[in-house]
Amino acid sequence: MVILSVPADYFPIAIMFVVAIGFVLTTIFATHLLGPKRKSDVKLDTFECGIEPQGNSRIPFSIKYLLVAILFVLFDVEVIFMYPWAVNFLKLGLFGFLEMIVFICLFMLGFFYIIKKGALKWE
Amino acid sequence: MFSLENITNLVSTWLYANLDPTWALVVQFVIVGVLVISLFSILGLVLIMMERRVAAWMQLRLGPNRVGPRGYFQTVADTLKLIVKEGMTPDGADKFLFNLAPFIVMIVSMVIMAPLMFAKGFQIWDVNIGVFFITAVSSVSVIGILMAGWASNNKYSLLGAMRSGAQIVSYELSAGLAILTIVVFSGSLQVSTIVESQADGWWLLKGHVPAVISFVIFIIAVTAETNRAPFDLAEAESELTAGFHTEYSGMKFALFFLAEYVNIFVVCAVGATLYLGGWMPFHIGNWTSFNQVMDYIPSSAWFFGKTFFLIFVIMWFRWTFPRLRIDQLLNLEWKYLLPISLFNLLLATVIAIMGLHF
Repeated sequence: MVILSVPADYFPIAIMFVVAIGFVLTTIFATHLLGPKRKSDVKLDTFECGIEPQGNSRIPFSIKYLLVAILFVLFDVEVIFMYPWAVNFLKLGLFGFLEMIVFICLFMLGFFYIIKKGALKWE
Repeated sequence: MFSLENITNLVSTWLYANLDPTWALVVQFVIVGVLVISLFSILGLVLIMMERRVAAWMQLRLGPNRVGPRGYFQTVADTLKLIVKEGMTPDGADKFLFNLAPFIVMIVSMVIMAPLMFAKGFQIWDVNIGVFFITAVSSVSVIGILMAGWASNNKYSLLGAMRSGAQIVSYELSAGLAILTIVVFSGSLQVSTIVESQADGWWLLKGHVPAVISFVIFIIAVTAETNRAPFDLAEAESELTAGFHTEYSGMKFALFFLAEYVNIFVVCAVGATLYLGGWMPFHIGNWTSFNQVMDYIPSSAWFFGKTFFLIFVIMWFRWTFPRLRIDQLLNLEWKYLLPISLFNLLLATVIAIMGLHF
């Protein structure tokens, strides 16, 4: 059985987008009309538990977060490769399964490498 | 018998009989839009009320009990208050990104509702890549959170957003693999087919070890993905005041809050669909009379009952486990959940290839 999708199948999602954007815009606009607008320097200051804000907030940040993000990009792409296989693995049979074992072995090899490298070691 | 499928069929037959096809389609879309927005508002009100009631019940106190009968109008009053509050943008913030962030978070949580199946034959969009669509689109919300944290120009917001980003992207891996286990068993990504495949028993109760393991992983991963305690580092109120939405006020804050609760609903609905059979009633083997009684309960009641049960479980976690530290959190995911879910997926595939599943 071949299931083909045509662009019209994805029309409902466009409707959902329009509804969502309309809902958010309406609420923001309503609160803009209804709410008071009294601005002062102290009120619009950055919140820092009541003391004067110290320095800039956009400071260099722990590299660990970047590492996690990069690891995610690598591993998530590999997980996405498994989606088509998980739907079709019965048709691909034993050969497909062995291929997937090889793929997961390579995946785990990279995984052990980053663990041994200490990518997830936090001070 | 009450059935949402009959109501929708009646409405659409009436529309096509009385209007020309284009207008009937337009009216249908308007009805769907109104339904989605009202479902959204009701969910927000009900879930916040439920959260406070459950919290009060677990801590042996009364909870909200002043506004309306037994305090049931408390969230309505809160919403009204938030609507008439001033929505400020701090001076130091990046104005455009600061105001864009609530839009992204909210639109994402509304759009991922489309493929959900609320009852038998009651679904906005029955697409063949249903669960894949949900996992793909739900990961966009992390962009909104990072945007909010960075644009606020506040140290707490930045810290909260960074933690939240690291946490959501990490747990997405094992959530995706847990979903894949059920995809392997049911052989489809389409939500309606996954539900149909559970007609003779829910995947969780059929006794497949991989399904049970993946259910546990799924619940842990979605608790982390929705920033719920014990993984609520992103807004750890005792150290970061409110995390990434510290600077938000009024309706912009309310949109973050609403999106958070709707996300909890959506992930629990996905959990109910994958593991607890969606709208499928509970059947026991060949107890015909028992099964007939179960069939008599409307399918929408089954779906919402299961979903709210999972939501209750997630709320229960909040008052049971202490908060983790960020390194413990990432270790749990990368060193334990990810390898376990990978091997679990392989085990599920072996079972399915050998034809041992039923």
